[in-house]
Amino acid sequence: MEEILFYAFATLAITAALLVVNIRNTARALFLFFVVLFAMAGLYLFALADFVAITQILVYVGGVLILLIFAFMLSNKELLADLQNTSRKFISLPNWQSALLSLAFLSVMLYAFWGWKQHTPDWIMESQRQGTVIQATDNNIATLGFKFMTQYVLPFEVISIFLMMALIGAAHLSRKGDSV
Amino acid sequence: MITLTHFLVVSACIFCIGLYAVLAKRNSIMILVGIELMINAAILNFVAFGKYDKLQYGGQVFALFAIVLAAAAVAVGLAIILNVYRHYKTINPQKINELKD
Repeated sequence: MEEILFYAFATLAITAALLVVNIRNTARALFLFFVVLFAMAGLYLFALADFVAITQILVYVGGVLILLIFAFMLSNKELLADLQNTSRKFISLPNWQSALLSLAFLSVMLYAFWGWKQHTPDWIMESQRQGTVIQATDNNIATLGFKFMTQYVLPFEVISIFLMMALIGAAHLSRKGDSV
Repeated sequence: MITLTHFLVVSACIFCIGLYAVLAKRNSIMILVGIELMINAAILNFVAFGKYDKLQYGGQVFALFAIVLAAAAVAVGLAIILNVYRHYKTINPQKINELKD
């Protein structure tokens, strides 16, 4: 049962991602990106990361995707149609080249995984022997909060300042006026 | 039994689709979507390895950091895209070839 659900989510994510990059209409591609993000959140659940999955849905679907659609609506419509028409050819050369490049990269990574499968890293073997693998019954969120406030407090503060700087910068960049 | 390799293969596929979008698309917004796909593949790897790390929880913590970084990147990137559109009247990266006014 678990495997069937995992394969269903994986095929959903990969097919939707392929459709996102192949579809001509940018608005439809952005809405299909929703499906990819939901399927990825489902895959995080299989790695027992429930809080990360919920954060993915909140941040990506609630924030990032709304921003993307907003930017798409703000750019000119005729211009986007014109852009889509220029690549009307079934396989234009840049598409062909980049497909070749990404397929080559995929085959390199798959070959590396195939060789890697024979010898699992020592720390994974060690944690499997000692039983320190995250179980489905663990209280993930409480542990995550504890870790954020004790062990990872410096990265947490750094990322908070960074996020504030990035948002102030984005607000500064996107305001109207000549003095940009 | 879902092993680590299952997660790695799925994230490799998603990463390569994102790479294709970055290389082939002629629309800055779709290039940003490709970058988001690549970041999602990286987060899936973080989470899959973090399953074996109960003592430190490094995988899940840094997956959350990566989500925050992606959100910041999208906010700044879209502001830049809107400015570029206002200035050049196009968001095709191949036509944006001047730095000066």
